[in-house]
Amino acid sequence: MKIRVQSEDFDLGQEVAVIRQNNPQAGALVSFLGVVREFNENQAITGMTLEHYPGMTEKQLEKIVLEAKQRWQIDDSLIIHRIGKLLPNDQIVLVVVASAHRQDAFLACEFMMDFLKTQAPFWKKEQTADCEQWVTMKQDDEAAAKRWKNTAD
Amino acid sequence: MVTLLYFARLREALNLNEERLSLPTQVQTVAQLLDWLKQRGPNWQEALGSNKLIRIAVNQEMANPETRINEDDEIAIFPPVTGG
Repeated sequence: MKIRVQSEDFDLGQEVAVIRQNNPQAGALVSFLGVVREFNENQAITGMTLEHYPGMTEKQLEKIVLEAKQRWQIDDSLIIHRIGKLLPNDQIVLVVVASAHRQDAFLACEFMMDFLKTQAPFWKKEQTADCEQWVTMKQDDEAAAKRWKNTAD
Repeated sequence: MVTLLYFARLREALNLNEERLSLPTQVQTVAQLLDWLKQRGPNWQEALGSNKLIRIAVNQEMANPETRINEDDEIAIFPPVTGG
């Protein structure tokens, strides 16, 4: 189970290839890629800065992975989250889950993303032509994280 | 002494990212710390005033108002997270 918080870009194909090589028994791999969008409420985004809490970020991501492991059968997983200055269409986050079963892989990947959105100490600041402003947490993200509570067992 | 860390929009509003200080003996919980910090002035009152917009971590674990604060703790104050 790997977690990387880094400013450098990553190559999804390469990362998946490594996981496949390390887990020949895993028949199902699911990946999620988060990308800097070009527009926010009709305003063109010129850039984004990602701030984080060094130390706690990694700890929280580890917790998220551990919890996913307890709920589903996961052979291996990878979370990469970038920090620093990014441009529109840049890659922000990658979550890959390898499992023997696709249902476990799909659910674990979605769970990890929902919890990352609400529990991992990152903060985004978006730049537009006129101004810079901090992104606020969305109700949808909180709701998404909450619905997993009912499935915990 | 404890270390206080401020992040993101809060850091900008307070113009402060980190400070180390001794807390008065009557400040023993997160809630009491927030009340004490708000007394620093209107800027602090406004930045820390709304509970919905503030999260606290003590020693890099999410905390709640009742969480106790001890010597040498690292206490971080930040807005709701927006990663991913």
